[in-house]
Amino acid sequence: MAILEILKIPDARLKQISEPVERFDDALHAFVADLEDTRQVGPAAVGIAAPQVGHFQRVVILDCSQTHKPVPNHGHLILVNPEIIHWDGFELGREGCLSVPDYTGNVIRAARIKLVAQDLQGHSHEYEMIDYEARALQHEVDHLDGLLFLDRVVSRRADLFQRKVYQKGGNKKKKA
Amino acid sequence: MNNWKMVTLIGEDQPGIVARTTDALYQNGLALGETSMMRLGGNFSMMMMVSGEGDLNAVLAPVAEELNLRVHVDVIAGRLHQHVAPNIQIRVMGADQPGIVAKVTGALAVSGFNILELESDVAGTAQDPVYIMTIQGVSEKAAEELQQAVDALGEEGVDVTVSAIETLFA
Repeated sequence: MAILEILKIPDARLKQISEPVERFDDALHAFVADLEDTRQVGPAAVGIAAPQVGHFQRVVILDCSQTHKPVPNHGHLILVNPEIIHWDGFELGREGCLSVPDYTGNVIRAARIKLVAQDLQGHSHEYEMIDYEARALQHEVDHLDGLLFLDRVVSRRADLFQRKVYQKGGNKKKKA
Repeated sequence: MNNWKMVTLIGEDQPGIVARTTDALYQNGLALGETSMMRLGGNFSMMMMVSGEGDLNAVLAPVAEELNLRVHVDVIAGRLHQHVAPNIQIRVMGADQPGIVAKVTGALAVSGFNILELESDVAGTAQDPVYIMTIQGVSEKAAEELQQAVDALGEEGVDVTVSAIETLFA
């Protein structure tokens, strides 16, 4: 077990694009174990990406099963070479990051995504994710491409009325 | 401590207000903390945490005179890194009428809701103005409970939607 050092802004290495994993060997397994240990210490993060610890391979760990309010999720996932193949809808949500201490900001993300990713044995799987888990995955894949949520923060004024939420409020009003 | 002051400046909007003002502070060895700056109704308004030694009114006087800005300085007890994450967002939209903000925030205050951020704007047309407001804040009560509190206002033609914010931390 090893706790790895988290790169924090303004470390330029966070902008580096990570390379695809080609060998699903013991070294990969050992690294992922360390990455998971690192995610578990400190503030509870729902995800972590390999480049956040200076390891520039396309590996992400995601676990949205322990959120304050339960959200639809696939449990604990180790995603190797994840690739988003479909985006649908958009939502505004607030994000923070292990690599960006003491700052949160609003980011627009796709509300529903499909992705393909390999597991630690190299087998491919397809996932459909929505809402919070979809947001978390997009946040992590951004890390693999050298992007932080800071690169996508929208103006506080550029708020958007989410159609779904807005209709719910509107209907409630009419019934009352 | 850093000797923080809160500086408020307002004046008719024109290019260069931020650049000139912050340069005057910088040239006099003063540093900025958290700030909020925005154009409101043709005026530009700035609120800035400023730290450092010196008479801020004197430092800003030349720029204020040149750009016709009004300056106000308060000594504050504030510090950096005191962020509180909001867990509730409230969107208000409706035909503009007096009292929307007072009534909505009144109902929220009774529920113990603490506003961290409020922005409002008047959209629509001069004939049919629409008031739009977004509030982010902290509440120990659930979004559903706050929704009931604002629904009980029974405001005609005003939609108030309370939703929980789950900040993604990854």
